Order: sequence, then C-alpha cells, then structure tokens
Amino acid sequence: MNTMILDAGNAAPAATGQVEQDTVETNIKVSETVGQPLCKDAKLSMRNVNVFYGETQAIHDVSLDIGRNEVVAMIGPSGCGKSTFLRCINRMNDTIESCRVEGDLTLDGEPIYGPKVDVVPLRARVGMVFQKPNPFPKTIYENVAYGPKIHGIASRRAELDEIVENSLRRAGLWDEVKDRLDKPGTGLSGGQQQRLCIARAIAVSPEVILMDEPCSALDPIATARIEELIDELRKNYTIAIVTHSMQQAARVSQRTAYFHLGHLVEVNDTETVFTNPQHELTEAYITGRFG
Amino acid sequence: MQTPTLFALLLLLVLVAYGTGFSRALAAARSRGGMRNLAALPTYYGTHTALWCGLPALILLGAWLAFDDPIIRSLVMGAIEDKPDTIAGRDLLYSQIQNLAAGNLFGEPSAQVKAAAERLTSLQAAASTLQTIIVLVLSLGLGAFTLLRFSPEVRAREKVEKVLRGVLVTCASAAILTTVGILLSVLFESLRFFQSVPVTEFLFGLHWSPQMALRADQVGSSGAFGAVPLFTGTLMVSAIAMFVAVPVGLMSAIYLAEYASNRVRSLAKPVIEILAGVPTVVYGFFAALTVAPFVREVATSIGLQASSESALAAGLVMGVMIIPFVSSLSDDVINAVPQSLRDGALGLGSTHSETVRKVVIPAALPGIVGGVLLAVSRAIGETMIVVMAAGLAANLTANPLESVTTVTVQIVTLLVGDQEFDSPKTLAAFALGLMLFLSTLVLNFIALHVVKKYREQYD
Amino acid sequence: MTDLTQDQVRERIEQSLAGRHRKEKLFRGLGIASIAFGVLAVLVLFTDIISKGSGAFVQTTVQLEVTYDPAVLGIDKVDEESLTWANFTGVVREALRERFPGVSGRSEKRELYSLVSTGAPFTLRNRLEANPELLGQTEKVWFAADDDVDTFYKSLDDSAEGFRGRTSDQMAAWVAQLADSGELKKRFNTTFFTNGDSREPEQAGIRAALVGSLLTLMVTLALSFPIGVAAAIYLEEFAPKNRWTDLIEVNINNLAAVPSIVFGLLGLAIFINFFELPRSAPLVGGLVLTLMTLPTIIISSRAALKAVPPSIREAAMGMGASRMQVVLHHVLPLAMPGMLTGAIIGMAQALGETAPLLMIGMVAFIVDVPGGVTDPATVLPVQIFLWADSPERAFVEKTSAAIMVLLSFLIVMNASAVWLRKKLERRW
Repeated sequence: MNTMILDAGNAAPAATGQVEQDTVETNIKVSETVGQPLCKDAKLSMRNVNVFYGETQAIHDVSLDIGRNEVVAMIGPSGCGKSTFLRCINRMNDTIESCRVEGDLTLDGEPIYGPKVDVVPLRARVGMVFQKPNPFPKTIYENVAYGPKIHGIASRRAELDEIVENSLRRAGLWDEVKDRLDKPGTGLSGGQQQRLCIARAIAVSPEVILMDEPCSALDPIATARIEELIDELRKNYTIAIVTHSMQQAARVSQRTAYFHLGHLVEVNDTETVFTNPQHELTEAYITGRFG
Repeated sequence: MQTPTLFALLLLLVLVAYGTGFSRALAAARSRGGMRNLAALPTYYGTHTALWCGLPALILLGAWLAFDDPIIRSLVMGAIEDKPDTIAGRDLLYSQIQNLAAGNLFGEPSAQVKAAAERLTSLQAAASTLQTIIVLVLSLGLGAFTLLRFSPEVRAREKVEKVLRGVLVTCASAAILTTVGILLSVLFESLRFFQSVPVTEFLFGLHWSPQMALRADQVGSSGAFGAVPLFTGTLMVSAIAMFVAVPVGLMSAIYLAEYASNRVRSLAKPVIEILAGVPTVVYGFFAALTVAPFVREVATSIGLQASSESALAAGLVMGVMIIPFVSSLSDDVINAVPQSLRDGALGLGSTHSETVRKVVIPAALPGIVGGVLLAVSRAIGETMIVVMAAGLAANLTANPLESVTTVTVQIVTLLVGDQEFDSPKTLAAFALGLMLFLSTLVLNFIALHVVKKYREQYD
Repeated sequence: MTDLTQDQVRERIEQSLAGRHRKEKLFRGLGIASIAFGVLAVLVLFTDIISKGSGAFVQTTVQLEVTYDPAVLGIDKVDEESLTWANFTGVVREALRERFPGVSGRSEKRELYSLVSTGAPFTLRNRLEANPELLGQTEKVWFAADDDVDTFYKSLDDSAEGFRGRTSDQMAAWVAQLADSGELKKRFNTTFFTNGDSREPEQAGIRAALVGSLLTLMVTLALSFPIGVAAAIYLEEFAPKNRWTDLIEVNINNLAAVPSIVFGLLGLAIFINFFELPRSAPLVGGLVLTLMTLPTIIISSRAALKAVPPSIREAAMGMGASRMQVVLHHVLPLAMPGMLTGAIIGMAQALGETAPLLMIGMVAFIVDVPGGVTDPATVLPVQIFLWADSPERAFVEKTSAAIMVLLSFLIVMNASAVWLRKKLERRW
C-alpha cells in the first residue's frame, strides 16, 4: 500500500485565505489511506488514532475528518474496527477497562481526550444511536425527557414538554406516539424504538450524532424511514454512521470511509467510492468479493 | 435373625444373583455364537437379576424396620387394662415393660407389667422370625423367578434402565416429600395446640408466657399464648437487620459491578463472601459478647438505657450476616441488566452514577426486590443470633434498645430439653413453626416468582 | 415554540456540571464505604475471635512434688478396684500443703486446694495406672491449674493487676511465688483436643464434638450426595416438562430458602417422635441435615450438568447409546467435579449448622466420645453454643478457640472447593 502525504487543501477547493492555517496540518502523515480523509473546516477531526484492547491493536493509525452538516458513512467487513472507531468519538470506549485510545481527536478544535476534558458535556454534544434499539424501560415521554432532565436543560415542565414534542417531531415519531406518551417505550415496534432512541439523542441538542449500524435490527420499511430521517437530520447535525449495508451508505452519505482490519483504506465522495474505487481492497469489497 | 445379619445375607444373595444372571447370559451368548445375539450385555442381565432379588426385599425390610416398633407397642399396650391417662405415664409404663423384657430389672414389677413384658418378648421374637422368612422368601423367589424367565431375547438393559429411572424419580421427589413432611409435622401438632388455645388468642393475644402453663392452678390450665409480642420482636430485629444489610449490600454490589476494577473486584468480593460462610452460632457469640456490650456502652454514654440483650445488637449482627446475601443476589440482577441500556444512558452524557441510579437500578428493581424479600425471609428464620443475643422476655416494645424475643427464640426455648407432646407449651412451638414456615414460604414464593419473571425479561 | 438554541443548551449543561459531579463523587464514596464496611466487619469479627480464643491453646499448669503414699491413698497394691477407691485428692492436697507449709485454717486451705484443677486426681490416677511401680515413690508432676487461676494468670499479660474474679489476694501471691520459681507455666493445651466436654473449663475439650460432627457429616454426605445427584440427573436429563416436575422445581427452590430451624421441627416430629429414632444421635442429625442440604446439592449438581455441552450428548447418542448410557458414561463423569464442589459447599453449610440440631436433642451434656451413629453426641457448633452459654469466664476463651477450629475447617473446605473448581472444572 502506498503511503502518502496529503495536503488537506487538496481535499476541497479552499479559499486562499485559509490555506495558511491549514499548512499546519498539511504535513501530517496519513498512512495508508487513499482518497480524501481530511477536509477543511472540519467539525470533527481525528488524527493518527490508534486503539488497543489490552495487547491487541484494533485501530491502526487512522486519520479522518468529518465536516459540518455532512453525513460520513463507515463501511467495511465485520471486525474491521469501524464501530470501535466510532465509539472513540464520544469516548464510549472509556467504559471498556482494557481499551486504550491514542491520537489527536478534536471537536470544533477542542480536544476530545485529555485529562481536563469532561465526558459528560462532550457526550451531550456528540450523541449516539446504537445498533440495537435500547429504549429505557420507562415511558416514551420519560425516555425522551431523560437527557434534558439529567442535564438540567429544561427549567420548567412546559419547557420539557416542548423539548419532548420537538424531538419526537424531528425523529418523525410524534404523530405515532402523541396519544400514548405515558406507555412504556419498550412496547413500540423495532423501528419506532430506534426512532425513539434518535429522539432521545436529539433532545439534548447535540452537534454530532454517531450512529452505529442503526438499521441492522430493523425491517426494510423501518430502515427506509430511518434513512429518510437521517437525510432530514443532516440540516442540523453532523452525522457519522457505521453501516454494513453498502446501499445504505450510498443512499445516506456524502462521503464514505472504507475500513479494513483496523486500517482506514480509502475515503472519498460516496459516489466515487461506489463507482470508481481507488484502492483494490475497496473495489474487492464493493464488488462483493468479501464482506 | 438379627437385622444386620439379615442385611448381610441379603447382600450376599444379591451378589450371587448378579453372578448367576451374568454367567447365564455369557453361556447363552456362547451357544448362540457371540454377544451380538443377546438383547443386552451380560452385565445388564446380571444387574437385572440382582435388582429383582434385592430391591423389593430391601424396601420391605426398610418398611418393616420403620413400623414394627409402633405396631408391637400398640399390641402390647392394647392388652393392658388399666393404662395411665397421660402420654407421659404411658411412655413410662412402656419403657418399664421394655426394660423388664430386656432383663434390666428395676424394683419389683407388677403382675400386669410382667405379663406385658412376656408378651413383648414373644411378639419381638415372632416378628423377627417372620421378618427373616418374608424377606428371604421374597428375595429368593423373585431372584429365581427372574432367572427362570431368562432368555437372550429379554431386553435386560431397558428393564434395568427403567428401574434406574424409577430410582431417579424417587430421589427427585424427595423434595416434595420433605415439604409434605414439614407441613404434616407442624400442622398436626399445631392443630392439637389450637384445640387448647384458640387461634384468635394465639394470633392476636398481646401476652406471651408459656411457662405458666405448667402451673395446675392456672385458669383453664393454659398459660398465655398471645404471640403478638413475638411477631413484633421478630419484625423489629429483622427490620434492623435489613436496615443494615440492604443499603450496604446493595451499594457494595453496585460498586463491585459498576465501578470496581477487576483487581478490586477479585479481592473484595471473596472477602465479603466470607461473611456468608461464617456459621450463625459464631455470629451469635459475637453479638452476645462483643456487640451487645458495645451497644450498651454507647447507649449509656449518650444517656440512654440499653438492655444487655438489646434487639439492636442482634439486628446489627444479623444485618452483617445478610450483607453478602443481598450483595450477591443484587450483583446477579445488576449484571443481568443489558449493557445496551448503560450505553444508551452514557451516550446521552449521563454521569456514571446517573446511569446507575436512573437507568440500571430501575431496570433491575424487580430482581432487587425479589432478593430483598429472600433476605427478609432469611432474617425472619434466623435462629442462633437471636437465641444468643436477643432475650427471652416477650416485651411488646418499639424501643430497639430493649430486649425482645422472636418466634425462633421461643421455638428453641420451648423445645430444648425434654418435651411432652401433650402440653400446650411444647405444641405452641409447633404452632410458631407453622407460622414461620408459612410466612417464609409466602415470601420465598413471591420472591422467586418476581426474580424468575425478571430474568425472563432479559433472556 | 421557543426553541432553545444550542448555545443556551450548552450553557445550561455547563451550569449543571458541578453539582452532578459532586453527586457522582458522593455515590462512588458510598459504594466504597459499603465495601469498606463489609471488609471491616470481616476483620473485626476475626480479630475479635482470635484475640479472645488464642489463649485457650495454652493452659496454665502447676508443678507439684507428689508422693504416692499408700497411707494417704488408702491402698496397698495397684489394681483396677483399688484405683477406683484410692484417695488421689488427698495426695494432691498433701502435695499442695507441703509446697506451702504455712497454710492453716479451713478457708485458707480451701483456697490453696483450688489452685489446681479438680481434674488433678485423675491425672495421678492415670499415671499410677500406667506405672504401678510409682506406688510409694515421689515425682514431680505438672497439673492443669484451676480455670480461675488460669484466667487470672493469662490476664496478667494484659495488665499488671490482672483479672481477679474469684482469685483472692492470697492466691494471687501464691501464683506469683510459683511463677517466680518456675513451678507455674503456660504450656500447650493438649487437653483441649483430647477431652470431651466438661463442667470444668480447664478439662473441657472439643474431641467429642469433633467426632460427633464427623459422624453427622458422614451420614449427611452418604445420603445427600447420591440422592441429590440422582435428583439432579432426573430433573436435568430425563424429566418431561409437566406439572409434577414443575412442582418439584418450585419445591426445591423453596426448600433452599426455608429456615433451618423448621427442618429441626421436622426431625423432632418425624424422626424422633414418629419413628422413635434415638435422641441426640448423629444418625438423626445427619438425616435432618441431609434434608436441609439436599436443595443446595441438587441446585449445584444441576448447574454442573447444564455446563456439559449438548454436543457431548449428541455425539454419544449418535453412536447409539441409550439416554441412560449417555448420562452415566459421558455426562456424569464430566459433571462430577462441579458436583463435588457443590457437595463440599453443602457439607460446609451442614458443618456450621446449629439450630435444627438443638431441636433433636443434640444439646445434651455429653462427655464421652461417641462410638457410632446412634450414640448420643454433640457437634462442634452446638458445643460452641453450649460453652457460650456457660457462666465461667474461662469458657469465653474455650468458645472462641472452638470457633477458631470450626472456622479453620470451614476455610479448608471452602478453599478446597474453590481449588477443585479451578483444577478440575473444564471451560467449554
């Protein structure tokens, strides 16, 4: 595999004024990745990320940027480290005792890791939706109100009601559940549960939403609704989505990153990745030679 | 024949039966050209014969041993004309007869006793002979019958396995038998108790002093059997115990399951579980000799009067005993809460404690409640700590510094030593036992049901 | 709709942080405090028992020069009958009077005599029985001191005054005098391990209780292990899903949580009252404890059977083995280590049990070491209970020492269960 030096400025046509700022980044070694992993004015920027589980290394020197209001899809065969990488972004890997993360990760230029960083507000800014819908065993209302309550976002009951309603509306669930807000969230169908989880995540007004194979447990119709929703959400949020479905990546994302055995092999415009992959491994995966 | 000799003879017969069955099968195999032509291996034929030879005879022998003494006794006593009225008197008379029959003479026996003793001796001899004959005939007959019916087509393995299966079923049913045994033993004596003391007085009476029942001049010949002070005492000690055990046990379980590193967990968990392995009598000693004086001293130093056998001391120590029980049950249910719920809460930016308090614990609540109910039932039934550290005085009080008594303490005091099965004092213990058994049964039943439902939820 | 902007939300979250982190610390602190409480309880319990009990392993002894004077003994030859009647008490008293010649007056003499144990004459009797040629001779013999003297002398280690109790000034002076001349010493207490119970603390030992416990446990193991394993095999491998097996299941789980004292009531009403088995006998104790430990053994045996993977059963079944052969030849041997572990834990539970044995009369005062399962006997925990109830201060020490012995047995049993599990249990 070819190692190359990427100029971040090349990734997108940049205004000349900003090139000087970016020169700081231009000499970063982005090992082994072809395409355009970096972008200008990134919301999230990850540089030289290595992740270890005890002795074994799960992520090898991955660098990737995610731009504002952009949907980046991460694809790759199972066990390639895409979920692990995603969970680094809001530090969910902290919960695993043996897990160690190295590298520079920043959100709006502020470090994500570091002794002074408080994960609580970080995770409020970087929300997450999980593979299996995991509504709390509480009412639908309580599920959505949970985040605002613990963070002290709503000062009055009316305000809380409003946040719940807004979130459910944005998640496209309001019309289905408005009459049964006091019923348990676990009683909803799988697709509804997942949209409830999305509503729960957006109730704390995050800036970034991480989605870890959000449709893998859902039927095609529910999946289609979630995909529509993702497109809708892009207006307000930056989204990183891990998916095992190439079609889904093609449908919802602007850029696609292909992971292989813990390495980030290729990042490009989604269209490029699926029509004209630059790396042979990507091509092999896209064409279904493994997966 | 003496029973041990008979037993040895029976074993010998069984061995012989096995050998014969085995060799018959071998011979049959040889004459038919190989094992292949037998319906089962020779060992199975041997076992089959041995089982028929030994098992029915053995069961009969067991039943005989269990029932011959009562039957002989009733035969002997039935022949005596003027028997004493009380059970104790009859027991005394019978043991006199037994002693005389065995040749230990005490004083000059009456003619009636002499006659009964002779009758006893002859009955015993007859029973022994009859037993030997029946057992041997049964064993030999069935063994011979099986051998006669021998043929290589007999599916010996299936027959042996059928018997084995029967044995397994019997063993499995032992649990039911135990429960029935418990119920019968406490129920019968309790019913007899309730004949002399009304149920309402027992359940709602405020005064407990069973010792007075022995005084003949007492009105109605029964003492005071109002069990309310015992119930309140039991509840108070249990409440104190749960007051210690639930928070400490639950918080340690939470800390170990959610916070502690593997190293801390592997050290702290076994240490706390040591508390579960310490015998209750040791806790009782500790409560009586170390904690009770300590409680008393502390109470005195802040100007309170404490009894030397305070409910508080017993309750505290009982609480310590129950800590590992609560913590290991809670640990199980907390670990059963799916990680995805924790991830969901953490992913929203909950602090660790918010995740635990607002998501994990509510999700685990049914399981925790079930565990606590089991712990309560254990506290109610705990005996040695209260026997040694709580008192005997049936005080109706809400002050934990006073001495109280519990249901279990009273059962022990009423039954330790010699019992007369006709005095309400002894029978009262069984009535208390019935209460104890029923209340713990209900608690256990609810608790196990709740825990089971909870487990199904996440399986 | 007054939609909050992201910045407003950020600000409110920031405001809430300090308080939330404080609560987090508090919660974590409570967890640590709970763990610490549990660990502390273990430490306090063990140090308390050990500090109280370690003294019992030594015994204060007094050396006296005794003369087996036929005149005092009132015998002229050594045989069984004369030993029975011989006045060894007189010899001991004589020896004491000789050691302290100045003593006169009845009360003073009584104090002098109470320096040594009332068991001292038996010590002499045994010596003389073993060596008949000692008659008429003089020798120096170590006698156990009386329990009050023993308590007093041991307490001198803690304070200069010591615990006096029934020890008078005069006696304290004698003790000091004897200790100075090396005639009073603490020596290893073999009596504690070789004697049965006694009303005199210095003569009381745990041998009878230990043997009683051993016999009781043997009965329990012999019954509960086979029955428990058989029940587990049936329930796990053969039982059809029907009402009867459901009932059995519910029953087993319930029995595991029934208070132990209820099993005592069962034993009293059924085994003793109905079947007229002997009271206080290890046989009945073993039966009661069998019923009590059965649920534990069944539950752990079932877990062990469950842990054997179905692939083994399928493999054997595929070879044409019958269901019974599959279980007996393949599943049972593989589950055995787990079952043994469960059995050891059940036995440990039975060894520590007291309450049900009180019901069936194992509280009787028993001096002799039981010879069989129908002899009257007591067990170690009940012995502890009896001693804990005794008023003599010296029994506190004995009780704690007996607890130490009991606990060490339990620790060995539990440790071997853990070891067995680690060593033999396969991870599938």
